[in-house]
Amino acid sequence: MSRKTEVFVIGGGPAGLSAAIVAAELGAETLLVDDSAKLGGQLIKQTHRFFGSSNRDAGIRGISIASKLCKDVENLKGRLTVLKNTAAVGFYSNNEVGILSQNAYERVAYQRAIVCTGATENSLAFENNDLPGVYGAGGVQTLMNVHGIRPGHKILMVGSGNIGLIVSYQLIQAGVEVVGLVEGLPTIGGYLVHASKIRRLGVPIYTSHTILQAIGETHVEGATLSRVDERFQPVPNTEFEIKCDCICLAVGLTPLIDLFQQAHCRMVHIGELGGLVPLHDSGMKTTNPDVYVAGDASGIEEATTAILGGRIAGARAYESLHGKSEKADQIVAEAKEELKTLRSGSTGERIRWGRERVLKEVGAC
Amino acid sequence: MLINDGIITPEELKCALPPEERYKKGPVAIIECLQDIPCDPCVSACPVKAIQMKEGITDKPVLDFEKCTGCGLCVPKCPGLAIFIVQKNIAPGKAAVSISYELLPIPVKDQMVTLLDRAGKEVGEGKVIRVINPPAYDKTAVVTVEVPEEKVMDVRAVRVKSGGQS
Repeated sequence: MSRKTEVFVIGGGPAGLSAAIVAAELGAETLLVDDSAKLGGQLIKQTHRFFGSSNRDAGIRGISIASKLCKDVENLKGRLTVLKNTAAVGFYSNNEVGILSQNAYERVAYQRAIVCTGATENSLAFENNDLPGVYGAGGVQTLMNVHGIRPGHKILMVGSGNIGLIVSYQLIQAGVEVVGLVEGLPTIGGYLVHASKIRRLGVPIYTSHTILQAIGETHVEGATLSRVDERFQPVPNTEFEIKCDCICLAVGLTPLIDLFQQAHCRMVHIGELGGLVPLHDSGMKTTNPDVYVAGDASGIEEATTAILGGRIAGARAYESLHGKSEKADQIVAEAKEELKTLRSGSTGERIRWGRERVLKEVGAC
Repeated sequence: MLINDGIITPEELKCALPPEERYKKGPVAIIECLQDIPCDPCVSACPVKAIQMKEGITDKPVLDFEKCTGCGLCVPKCPGLAIFIVQKNIAPGKAAVSISYELLPIPVKDQMVTLLDRAGKEVGEGKVIRVINPPAYDKTAVVTVEVPEEKVMDVRAVRVKSGGQS
């Protein structure tokens, strides 16, 4: 069987949902596929209140933002078709994508594709890191917040970015003891209010430390930590053991980019954006003029900026098919203004630098 | 130092504190948000417009202590749970602190809870004076606890040993 659509959105997280909603609202026939059973991507695990501007979802819990987006999708029935439990598995020439659901393989003929595949979790090299009980932070969140399963009783968190800090807090809320948080850098990476929140509930934060090994034969029973010097080398004789039955790795994300490579999009490596990303212009169009990108696949950031990037991609993809639209222009202008505000200030420095480099590179080709 | 261990030092906190005379006028908010992050719900939460961000959303909030009535509406709206209401001298030697609380069980009025400082260290026991947890607060309860006057700038969390509501 095969399907046809004007706009084909891959991924039902904040970016993909927003792109599909905008494209369909403007009037494009839109198809969205997502490989999980529930739309919302990472939002469905985010039980904490979001930062950002009160004009857009700040102070609201991530799960509520997911519900809001899903309601918008529901209201667009007829123009927006959604296939859950369906993965996009490959780009073919002549604008076709193979999609795989539980019982069927189909091809989708699209005019414009918006690829919002998100990211994968990074791992960390240390002795015994393949022991049962070593998890990625996203996996821990899925177990805990989607399926209601506690991943362990005593957990060691590795990584002090916002994910490490927030998941530590959510673990405490779930009744799990967080025995410590380890960070290689001398300073905390995420928002300090998140760090203070877990610190005052008794979680020690070990900056300038690393994990040397997981202890245990059949499962995690503890970990050996050590101080590190300014070159991240373990300092001899500073090792100590900490008891835990779980080690949670929150050591960053890498954009999920295989589909862009299949679609012959030009890629560029930008460390500030998490690694290889498809080159794209300010309208989120890649170097393949029929393929757009939004969300973490365009550079690791967070859900609010993913929503805004998705809105821009949806509006521009629509325009590329149906011609200039005042409404689309307005959506893009508003989203760009909001992005500029969110990325201003010292915490936005890295991402600003990374995004400027993308635009410079795309301008050069 | 806050950036190394998550604990705000007294020196770092100075910029967020009202002048000593302000405490005599009643409860006042203390916004322990000392980093330029993109976040502004506290600004719109304040009914008397006492919270401002001069250079936009990524600036730190600045509280006008004279305008602040200590109403506490900003407390549950802060995604960083970084706003506290402090009221000194509610009784001889006693003060009150209001704290966002998102764990279970939620303490109830008159219950004794363990008082924790910014490092999570136990600094004593205190009686819960008030618990506000309406639907509008969306599961962030605000717990007000009685603390010894000299501990009012230290107590920033509570631990519920048993009882309470789940």
